Amino acid sequence: MPESDPKATLTSPDAVRAALAKQHYLADEALAVAVFLALDLGEPLLLEGEAGVGKTETAKALAGVTGSRLIRLQCHEGIDVHSALYDWDYPRQLLAVRAAEGGVAEEELFRREFLLRRPLLEAIESDEPVVLLIDEIDRADDEFEAFLLELLSDFQVTIPELGTIEARTRPTVIVTSNRTRELHDALKRRCLYHWIDYPTREREAEIVEARLPGVAAAIAERVAAAVERLRGRDLYKAPGVGETIAWARALGALDDDDLDRTLGVALKVREDIERVRSEGVLEGV
Amino acid sequence: MSDAPAGRAGRETGAEGDPSPASRGEGHSRGAAATIRLAALVSELRSRGARVGTGELIAAQRALAAVDPAEPDAARLALRATLCSSRADLALFDAAFAAWAAPAGHRPEPLIDPVATAVLPRVAMPVPGEAFAPDPGAELRPAAWSEVELLRDKDFSEYSERERAIARTIMRRIAARGPRRLSRRTRASRRRSHRPDPRATLRASLRHAGEPFERRWRAPTDRPRPLVLVCDVSGSMEPYSRMLLQYAQACVAARRRCEAFALGTRLTRVTGELRGRDPDLALRRATEAVADWSGGTRIGDALGELNRVHGRRIGRGAVIVILSDGWDRGDPELLRREIARLGRCAHRLVWLNPLKASPGYEPLTRGMVAALPHVDAFLAGNSLASLEELAGLLEAGIDEGAGR
Repeated sequence: MPESDPKATLTSPDAVRAALAKQHYLADEALAVAVFLALDLGEPLLLEGEAGVGKTETAKALAGVTGSRLIRLQCHEGIDVHSALYDWDYPRQLLAVRAAEGGVAEEELFRREFLLRRPLLEAIESDEPVVLLIDEIDRADDEFEAFLLELLSDFQVTIPELGTIEARTRPTVIVTSNRTRELHDALKRRCLYHWIDYPTREREAEIVEARLPGVAAAIAERVAAAVERLRGRDLYKAPGVGETIAWARALGALDDDDLDRTLGVALKVREDIERVRSEGVLEGV
Repeated sequence: MSDAPAGRAGRETGAEGDPSPASRGEGHSRGAAATIRLAALVSELRSRGARVGTGELIAAQRALAAVDPAEPDAARLALRATLCSSRADLALFDAAFAAWAAPAGHRPEPLIDPVATAVLPRVAMPVPGEAFAPDPGAELRPAAWSEVELLRDKDFSEYSERERAIARTIMRRIAARGPRRLSRRTRASRRRSHRPDPRATLRASLRHAGEPFERRWRAPTDRPRPLVLVCDVSGSMEPYSRMLLQYAQACVAARRRCEAFALGTRLTRVTGELRGRDPDLALRRATEAVADWSGGTRIGDALGELNRVHGRRIGRGAVIVILSDGWDRGDPELLRREIARLGRCAHRLVWLNPLKASPGYEPLTRGMVAALPHVDAFLAGNSLASLEELAGLLEAGIDEGAGR
């Protein structure tokens, strides 16, 4: 542990909020409270929200605030223990067996030197403080979710050949979900929960300014206003905060004030773009 | 569960060659008496809805011989272990056992030989003009193969209350069959594939001083593909919507990744309502949740809501089944646009239209004309047979654009 623990200064939600703001991440009060509790109680935090509202960014900013290493586990369909926790280095094991000629005892092969650490083991065995981001857990299947339960409740994992490994420092865990499926209640029970909403127009302009210091305030406000309008329409895919930032950056780079020409930065569905153009949604912004 | 499918009864009909206890009983009068008693218990169990075959009866007889006869509880537990095959059966067994073990005077004398009752399928003998009052506690089951067979092709709109109740069991069986897809998860396999299993190969090589003689492989597994049912509950669909919602209920209960929506002037998600153990309660909840029963239909608007609000939940790989007659009061252009989008996001899009079953039907309503080019399969969905056809199609996989 470093001597001056940055976590020690995060004694209140407001302190968390201020610290996050220094990382150019503007959290609203509810999120600050959730993050504060996650740090204070040492419990995992489950973040849900539309795509592009900054779920993953929260974890990154939090790692910056607490001076921790960010370890990210990107979930995908079919993810299993061997891609999430550990695997054995089979080619090296085979070589070792053949090099020994007379045969090798099994214990010899399943030693730590042949162990490949995947993100979860990495997080558990880390000596420095860690923010563990389990990203898009809804993409993993139920079986993997069940496996995570064990990890999230005890912060220990079992490798059959090696035994149980306990976390040296309890990682701060952020779990994100896009809600493509409902997560299991048991998992939700073990986590603090926060739903990240789209920011208000003013806050979104502030976010753009915080993230893009070079972009004029006028552009930030204009893009925030345009995005607010787009979200109000019944689109297939509403732009997220990530798109707002990209849009502002695009406008700044083009040195152009025509929103319509750069509409493709914010909207990615052809029907949406056509509709916004034909209905004149962005007129007067 | 209380599932007594027709196929099972049918198989037992042809079981004359079986070493059934009845036919062996000739020379062993004591054994035969015990068998008859046991058969009575089995028929008691069946009448309560448990699935017990002749094989279980024989096993029960052997189990009974193996335990201490002086220990009545041991006998009960031995019978329970052999005659029950699921957790749901346990309660049925306890009730059946209590009735069976009660003094004979308490029970009405069976009309036919209990062995015959146990071995033969029950035959439906409908009494003409019989008023049918469903007993709320009892589970209705098809009485015989022939009754099920008659029901299969009957149009849902002509169902009586009794038939509806019987159809539920069959529907449950149909609903259990659905689309599957290959998973990225693998399992160990001895058969050669393109995916080696280094872990198992290494372990096997340890037996040969590290020479990987025995190569091991992994094979992909499969898992249920998400299924989305969109059930039209508008006025024109009234004769069918109850049965189709029942089908949706059975699907939601049987499958892990299944979403159900009711479609009228607006879209209502009813997945949560349809979940739960009690199907009647589930259907009642769903009925209450839908605000616009028997109203008009605006399929385009409703599908738009499906696309936008529930797009994520549905995901990309789902099979979407729309159960509707295609009478649409909305803008056909909107319907065309939304169904095109839905078809692009879905793995396959199936449309079930009960009207398709009637001879000479042409899909000429504006809604159907707009929708059909984007539909991969177009089926009837007016009877159990057509739902069976759907299940078969879902199981086998649908070729893209097959129905166009």
